[in-house]
Amino acid sequence: MTRFFESDIFYAFRSSPVAIVSAIVTALLVLSAVLAPLIAPTNPFDPASLNLMNGFTPPMEPNAFTGDSFFLGTDDQGRDVFSTILYGLRISLFVGFAAVLFAMILGILLGLLSGYVGGWTETIIMRAADVQLTFPSILVAMLIFGIAKGITPVEYRDQMAIWVLILAIGLSDWVQFARVVRGATLVEKSKDYVAAARLIGRSPLTIMIRHILPNVLSPVLVIATISLALAIIAEATLSFLGVGAPPTQPSLGTLIRIGQGFLFSGEWWILFFPACTLLALALAVNLLGDWLRDALNPRLR
Amino acid sequence: MAEPVLSIRNLTVDIPTRHGLFKPVEGVSYDIRPGEIRGVVGESGAGKSMTGNAIIGLLDPPARIADGEVWLNGRRIDQMGAEEKRRIRGKEIGMIFQDPLTSLNPLFTVGEQLVETIQLHLGVSQSEARKRAIALLDRVRIPNPEERFNQYPHQFSGGMRQRVVIALALCSEPSVIVADEPTTALDVSIQAQVLDLIKELAQERQVGVILVTHDMGVIADTTDQVTVMYAGQVVEQGPTDQILGAPQHEYTKSLIAAVPRPQVKLHRFPQVSYGGRDTTFKIEDLARNWDRSGASKTGTLLEVSGLTKRFLSKGSVLPSRREYFTAVDDVSFGIKDGEVFGLVGESGSGKSTVARMIATLYPVDAGTITFDGDEMTAMDAAGLARYRRQIQMIFQDPFSSLNPRMSVGDIVAEPLIHHKLLPRGEIAGRVRELLDRVGLASDAHRKYPHEFSGGQRQRISIARALATQPRFLICDEPTSALDVSIQAQILNILKDLQEYLGLTMLFISHDLPVVRQMCDRVGVMRQGKLVEVQETGALFESPRSDYTKELLNLMPRLEQLSEDEIANLRAKETG
Amino acid sequence: MLSFIIKRVGQSILVLLITGLVAFSMFTFVGDPIDNMLGQERTMEDVERLRQQLGLDQPFIVQYYRFLEQAVQGNFGVSYRQGRPVAEILLERAPATLELAAVSGIFAIVLGIALGVFTAIRRDGVAANLIMSASLIGVSLPTFLIGILLIYLFSVELGWLPSFGRGETVKIGGWSTGFLTESGLKALILPSITLGLYQMTLIMRLVRSEMLEVLRQDYIRFAKARGLSDRVINFRHALKNTMVPVITVIGLQLGSIIAFAIITETVFQWPGVGLLFINAIQFVDIPVMAAYLMLISVMFVGINLLVDILYAFIDPRLRVAA
Repeated sequence: MTRFFESDIFYAFRSSPVAIVSAIVTALLVLSAVLAPLIAPTNPFDPASLNLMNGFTPPMEPNAFTGDSFFLGTDDQGRDVFSTILYGLRISLFVGFAAVLFAMILGILLGLLSGYVGGWTETIIMRAADVQLTFPSILVAMLIFGIAKGITPVEYRDQMAIWVLILAIGLSDWVQFARVVRGATLVEKSKDYVAAARLIGRSPLTIMIRHILPNVLSPVLVIATISLALAIIAEATLSFLGVGAPPTQPSLGTLIRIGQGFLFSGEWWILFFPACTLLALALAVNLLGDWLRDALNPRLR
Repeated sequence: MAEPVLSIRNLTVDIPTRHGLFKPVEGVSYDIRPGEIRGVVGESGAGKSMTGNAIIGLLDPPARIADGEVWLNGRRIDQMGAEEKRRIRGKEIGMIFQDPLTSLNPLFTVGEQLVETIQLHLGVSQSEARKRAIALLDRVRIPNPEERFNQYPHQFSGGMRQRVVIALALCSEPSVIVADEPTTALDVSIQAQVLDLIKELAQERQVGVILVTHDMGVIADTTDQVTVMYAGQVVEQGPTDQILGAPQHEYTKSLIAAVPRPQVKLHRFPQVSYGGRDTTFKIEDLARNWDRSGASKTGTLLEVSGLTKRFLSKGSVLPSRREYFTAVDDVSFGIKDGEVFGLVGESGSGKSTVARMIATLYPVDAGTITFDGDEMTAMDAAGLARYRRQIQMIFQDPFSSLNPRMSVGDIVAEPLIHHKLLPRGEIAGRVRELLDRVGLASDAHRKYPHEFSGGQRQRISIARALATQPRFLICDEPTSALDVSIQAQILNILKDLQEYLGLTMLFISHDLPVVRQMCDRVGVMRQGKLVEVQETGALFESPRSDYTKELLNLMPRLEQLSEDEIANLRAKETG
Repeated sequence: MLSFIIKRVGQSILVLLITGLVAFSMFTFVGDPIDNMLGQERTMEDVERLRQQLGLDQPFIVQYYRFLEQAVQGNFGVSYRQGRPVAEILLERAPATLELAAVSGIFAIVLGIALGVFTAIRRDGVAANLIMSASLIGVSLPTFLIGILLIYLFSVELGWLPSFGRGETVKIGGWSTGFLTESGLKALILPSITLGLYQMTLIMRLVRSEMLEVLRQDYIRFAKARGLSDRVINFRHALKNTMVPVITVIGLQLGSIIAFAIITETVFQWPGVGLLFINAIQFVDIPVMAAYLMLISVMFVGINLLVDILYAFIDPRLRVAA
């Protein structure tokens, strides 16, 4: 641990205000999403706590009928916007993290395998990656979502939506990881420490896991951070388009979709605050990723 | 004596870092006269390249000239603005970099790059520039310059590209050329040609040359004046003969002493003691627990016969359309028990491929490898495991041969764990013992490879190789990435391994003097074929093949020792 | 060179066959076409007859071949939702998307390369740093939010530009264009900015990092040592080397523009194929989804092929076999 605090990377972190601020913002947002049930004034999905009379209350002003006041106002159904944001953040972050984790594990496995083993294994994996890369990931995610929706029975669609979303975004993103890991593996494989391990008689699996994997992780970390921002944006986009999180489990994107309808009639806060939260989250994670890339300085492609 | 074209006075470069001000160059002064070649020599980190960059005004920020003066043809240039400096660069000072592969823009033809530079500096017409460019290519001995003019850099070989780079540096008839390790990336035979060319051109055009190098042989062969640098400072300078013949400073003396000589084989190298670099290692202590029972049945420990390796050079789905490059072509030799067998050759001669086949890192395409009477190429998994335990290897690049994410202790322990040679509890003790014997500090096992210098890493590699108590050690250019003084240490350890532990070795090198010092017998390889095999002394005194003769001729020599001096060296050795 | 192109064409055809397989599998495995074509009132004979008529009793590979045969002729079946031939609907919608994509593509490439080069050359300048910071916001801002923001500002608050639709269009042959009327041009502005902004940011950041990478190379140092001026080094030597990797990515980005058009078209209710596709997903209208997939893959593959050939022309290492 002391090794970490003395390291150059921690020094670079300490001396970069941007990195510190974006780390704090990210941490705060993640924390409030995790603790949403404790922080949120109301549970917006408990019909018992809703009062339709509270609908369209502007932020920080008492409602004309009930006199209730809401920090960030309420939506058309009288749900507290602050609470819906906290719960929406939960869904957005969960989908984002889970999708990136899925893509990362798949990408690392396939990348290591194709880089180290080579031959037909490599040809098949990388050709598949090339074909998929021909199509933008958001389109791939939409297609996977559409197909999954087609094969799920109607009554399960809403329940499955979140998992389908994770699958769709994760499957659309593994190529990035696989390519970077394969590239790094090819470089590491040609280094003499791998030759030394082979000479000792280590099995290919041991060499991949124990020797190569730890050495290809730093570019993976950078890609993962940037991918997280992209996954959060992808999820919001899909949900905004109505092909993502269902209205019963709204993410930030769903909230913006709902809010868009009220923008032109003057109830700006229903859209504005979820949009700001989404932007803050994406920006903070992106800044962190950008800084991490510079700090680790691998030649990323 | 002619006026100097370039004078630097008290030049100091500093770099502000997190840990304070670092001075890679401090108080350096020297002059260059027309037609004179000044060698700047020193080990890595001595500040020799940084001096060159400072003169030409190409320091990478945050490095900056903190003090001193640079005078070119009577004008002071270190204080000039960026634009003025640019006008001088290329026009009055030319530059040659180390790696010709990366010095030329791959997307422009050689001709385009030449014409562009000539037109810029001499302001002549397109056709005149073209004529001059072709004349220059011809001058630097590029065959068919007319045709070559329209080709791209990737169509030239390494040595040719470096000659194109020289032509580019000469375009505008500069008065000074800074050549930064211009031949380090080249093979010996190409190196000699390029150095000759530089010498000739300096004379012919009366250009002053600053030749930055780490190679004492190049200094002795090529330069008129020499400046010896250590840790950013000049320790000694003067005419080359004088400095090499009668060095005054301790550092220069130890540096020269550490250079391997091809003329006479020494028992051990004198170590460079300057700057507290001396380390002690105690290989003889390992001998007490060393299992030496397995003496070879036949007297020949390793025998290769008809060894062949082909690499795919052009892939195709159809086997008949694939093209192969034969890297090793029907090579046969035997290594006796306890012997050090050398393999020499230029890059691409196949010597490392032979080593890697013996180390089971490449599959063998044809031929056999027999170890202690058993044919390795026919072994089953258990046999191979036994074989691998007895064979170990030391690699060329100390920076890539240790896993940067593993602690040094884990690295040395890995073979012990894999081959289950010791009970778990005893491994840590053995690892520390091994590290101690190769001269590393007692806390070394806890650290990571990046905390060690190149020489120390190479010793960690040796400790790892010794962990399984092997009988056969493959050394693939073990010192070519190291400074001379460190090279001496590592070679001494290897000599100890042979003497105290009775290790048999295959020693691969392109460096003939080192081979002379290390090996009992030597094989010479060229284009995948073994050209000749002889006792080392015989090979150096009466080479049989023309290729070996040529290699020996091109070998840069520090000095021609007289009989007396050789006798003197021998006496010192025993005394 | 020729073998390189043949290889690429072969790969492109392979990609098309694979996407064709995906599209075909959608037909076969997602939902039952019989279910979709016959109503509740059906007999076993009806089902069997239709099955034979559609060739659904044939082996998979034969069905796949038939599907490809039909697809090449532009026959993708009938939309489940609209009951019209899919090809007809697509043709009607394509001009809107293509015009939008072309305008935003040009905007993204021209501005992206210019700003990327600028920020790389003046890497320490105030303006360059501002642009870089702004670009990070651009990357973090989802396309749909940019669209909403622009609509709110220029349509709702200022009332300068329309917030939805294509405006008036003129029919030239089968092509309906918005380029020839004032309202059509006005309607193009906001959607093109929305669609192009994100791509522009990506291209700019890529050009910048590639150019910085090139500027670190030895041959640039050597060019400086030869005394070449900054202008020649930046715009002759560095730019050409930068463009080699950049061109590939720009090709991919052009593909993305067509895909991202889905989002922009939804926000602006732009009557293109993207809007059609998103509606098809919501209603699981498989023939439209499959046809869109095929159409767009032909486009992507075509662009990639073009880029590869262009690449080979720029890089002499590919052009002249060593």
